[in-house]
Amino acid sequence: MSASLDQHAASVGNRSHPLQTWQILLALAFVLAVGKALLPPGLVRPPEWMILPFDDWINAAFDFIRNDLGLVVVTRAIADGIEWCLDVTGNLLYGRNRWPRIGPVPWSVVLVSMTMLGYALGGWRLAALAGGTILWIAVMGQWRWSMETLSVILVAAPVSVLLGLVTGVAAWRWRAFERVLNPLLNIAQSMPHFAYMIPVVVFIGVGPKAGAVVTIIFSVPPMIRLTLLGLRKVPSEVVEAGKMSGASQWNLLTRVRIPTARTEILIGVNQVIMQCLAMVVLASFIGMPGLGQRLLQMLQALRIGPAFEIGITIVLIAVTLDRLSRAWAMRKPVHHNPGTSWARRHRLWLIWAGLAVAAWLLAQMVPYFHIVARGQALSLAGPINAVVNAFLDVVSPFTEALRRFLIVQVLIPFRDAILWLPYTTVLAVVAAAGWALGGWRSALVCLAFIVPIAMTGWWDRAMITVYTVLTAVTVAALFGIPCGIWAAGKPSRARRTLLVCDTLQTFPSFIYLIPVVMLFGVSDVAVLAAVMVFAAVPLVRYTVEGLTGIAPEMLEAGQMNGATRWQALRHIRLPLAFPTLLVGFNQSVMFALFMVIIAAFIGTQDLGQEMQRALSATDVGKGLVLGFAVAFLGLMVDHLLMRWSDRVRTGNRRRQGAA
Amino acid sequence: MADPVIRCRNVWKAFGPDPAGHVRAVEGGAPLNADGHVVAVRDVSLEVRRGEMLVVMGLSGSGKSTLVRCLSRLIDVTGGQITIEGQDIGALSERDLIALRRRKMGMVFQSFGLLPNRTVLENVAFPLEMRGQERGARIARARAMLELVGLAEREDYYPRELSGGQQQRVGIARSLAIEPEIWFLDEPFSALDPLIRKEMQDEFLRLKALSERAIVFITHDFDEALRLADRIAIMKDGAIEQCDTADRIVLDPATEYVARFTAGVDRARVVHAGALIQPLNGVAVEGPPVASGDTIRVLARRLIEDERGLIPVADASGRVVGALQRKAALDLLVGEAP
Repeated sequence: MSASLDQHAASVGNRSHPLQTWQILLALAFVLAVGKALLPPGLVRPPEWMILPFDDWINAAFDFIRNDLGLVVVTRAIADGIEWCLDVTGNLLYGRNRWPRIGPVPWSVVLVSMTMLGYALGGWRLAALAGGTILWIAVMGQWRWSMETLSVILVAAPVSVLLGLVTGVAAWRWRAFERVLNPLLNIAQSMPHFAYMIPVVVFIGVGPKAGAVVTIIFSVPPMIRLTLLGLRKVPSEVVEAGKMSGASQWNLLTRVRIPTARTEILIGVNQVIMQCLAMVVLASFIGMPGLGQRLLQMLQALRIGPAFEIGITIVLIAVTLDRLSRAWAMRKPVHHNPGTSWARRHRLWLIWAGLAVAAWLLAQMVPYFHIVARGQALSLAGPINAVVNAFLDVVSPFTEALRRFLIVQVLIPFRDAILWLPYTTVLAVVAAAGWALGGWRSALVCLAFIVPIAMTGWWDRAMITVYTVLTAVTVAALFGIPCGIWAAGKPSRARRTLLVCDTLQTFPSFIYLIPVVMLFGVSDVAVLAAVMVFAAVPLVRYTVEGLTGIAPEMLEAGQMNGATRWQALRHIRLPLAFPTLLVGFNQSVMFALFMVIIAAFIGTQDLGQEMQRALSATDVGKGLVLGFAVAFLGLMVDHLLMRWSDRVRTGNRRRQGAA
Repeated sequence: MADPVIRCRNVWKAFGPDPAGHVRAVEGGAPLNADGHVVAVRDVSLEVRRGEMLVVMGLSGSGKSTLVRCLSRLIDVTGGQITIEGQDIGALSERDLIALRRRKMGMVFQSFGLLPNRTVLENVAFPLEMRGQERGARIARARAMLELVGLAEREDYYPRELSGGQQQRVGIARSLAIEPEIWFLDEPFSALDPLIRKEMQDEFLRLKALSERAIVFITHDFDEALRLADRIAIMKDGAIEQCDTADRIVLDPATEYVARFTAGVDRARVVHAGALIQPLNGVAVEGPPVASGDTIRVLARRLIEDERGLIPVADASGRVVGALQRKAALDLLVGEAP
């Protein structure tokens, strides 16, 4: 007995390591914060000599490229090509007075076509969704704006897909190219939307074609990623079978690899379409007409009814485009029985042609089916306004009180506290976190991300962004994770929750601003609420996925060991789901960063606000510096959380392996 | 005898940062797998003749799949030389290699390797398409191949609509579409369940009999190897332990490892009368002979009822080639070591 006690004591003794480096760093951070008053000013705020004029350098570089190298001629030419395409789709969809001057196609024809497309891809449910969306748009008098938006997507998405496919193939073919491309993609995917807009404005100006160009650029990265993934995933035996069939390199690529990677590539197409929609709505900030512009106007005028209506339209379009393209990606080829006639093989095409002609004829006879005139459109704006006002009358005492309480008691003190911290403390904390999770390498990586932010001179703004994101993600976690745990309790509930999360994630981020502006007006709390809701979605989703993705044997073993539900959750499910949860946190932070920047136009004081200013002044240097600052914050968090997740995962595996 | 179609001399294949250097080190006595290197094929020499089927047998990780990929030059060897009809395939340019595959080689894969976006017919026609054959001709040829494997009804199906056995029939039809002289099969039946596997083996024997090819067949299933092979090469850790006929492997295993494999085998089903004969040396044997191609199991009743000590054995043409010692054959039949 006493021997085993001794052993126990010895093992405990072994476990108490000397102080770890990260603990020392944390202590340093603490000392720096406590001793702030004694610190030289250079350690409290980034000193003047440290701040480098990155923006001037970037501006000079852009000037050089734009004017001296004459790149502007090239970009203008590209933009003109895109404008020509926009004219065509614009003419077809909303009757813009340009070649080929045959539009606009009657809405009833579009209705028939989209319904048939939905039916062909996913049966009656998708047909109803697609048809219902078009019907809503037409009848509610939102046709023109929606078509302005869709005409851009119709041009941007194919260009983007093509660019992504070619780049993806190149990256797959040449390892060196991929190595260069990868970090660029990482940065590109963590850059906020606005950071893309400013250079485009510099090179192309404002208006629809600039909007289209920025949309294209913004939506290419996921296509590259998925093309690469798809090509990598082609089973080696399929490639070998191709080689043994005597295929040349080109044949292998075009007839073996790309067709076999079809699903991933089409999921890439789906991503491109969704990114396009998100961007095209935001491109209203650089003069893109359409739904986004209307929404912006209505929100700025605080006209909640019409804003709500447009919101519904955008959401419907988003869900329809997402479901249609996803159904296309998941579609598997099915054979026809031998002897099936041509008409039967092309049944759906024939029905579509018949219905389209019928709808077109109808539109010629009854103008209502061609274009719904302004006076004929229904509108829910009035009733929505009334309901919203009634609702607000009831809740506004609460929301008002909540808002005041949050601002005065929580947000402002917290923000001031973060701003009060010497920047050296923040650096030390970041280094400590890096060291604790991934050793000195991670510490250096994190510092490499955050030190440049200090050097831009936008430290305080960045800290306000950090504070907003931190608060929002914390609150989101406080209700998102319990929600996820609850939802994971039953398989059917989990499925439905995932569906809701999926759907919410397809909404363009702009949409989230409508309800919060409605409830909280234009204030810090509204921004926070929007960011919070947006950030909660991935958290719920990954909690559910983590908890339901556990191997059943694990849970059964737990049950047979007599674990109660709570014990099973605490000791089996949550620890096993933890790596997945970290991925959720990672996405949550990314989403929050994006949202914070978008929310700038309803009044924030962070990096986003400055970016808006840079946008209106078309100050590329400033805009890109701010964009990089946001991207670096995101990448730093990404690095930390992924390192942590890897560690827990390999730890789990090691433990399982040992067992 | 004709020249071998495939000849492979001292072939090595190693993976890792410096394969060639590693192979030199291993030849000098260094351990097999070190410094992140793995030796998959170790000093393999073998020959396959026209009309002959060599089965390469080994457990997973023994290097058999790597070996067959070296033979078809899906991967390049690290050392040694492989010649096909006297031509060193390691020295072929990309263009010549493609031409060689288009004219002479067919290969069947464990997980079929079918193109998911093409129908069964288009899959079978794919090698012909690559060869630039005109559409009508290649469709006709592909149809004939599907007829041959009994899938004519399914030509418009997509691979995912077929069962595993049917998919492998498509794989076989595709590999035979160009009438290859060399046929590689990489564990073709391993992904199938046992009943289908038996059926496919019979089917395979039927197809094999249709035309004279050099065949290299990979399997991890010893019974399958015994059932199908003319000669068997048993691999372990990348090297060939023994390469011989089934009878010889069972009767005279070259190494401890091969002996362990053959321990559980019912020898009477494997060993042929011809493998047990002793020369006549002028001794006169009376009575009707047994066929040298029959297994001892097939001859069981004859062996028990026949009372002669020495039974004459005749080859396929009826000529007596030697005599079988009845006692030795009976020992084998009842499972006692000779």
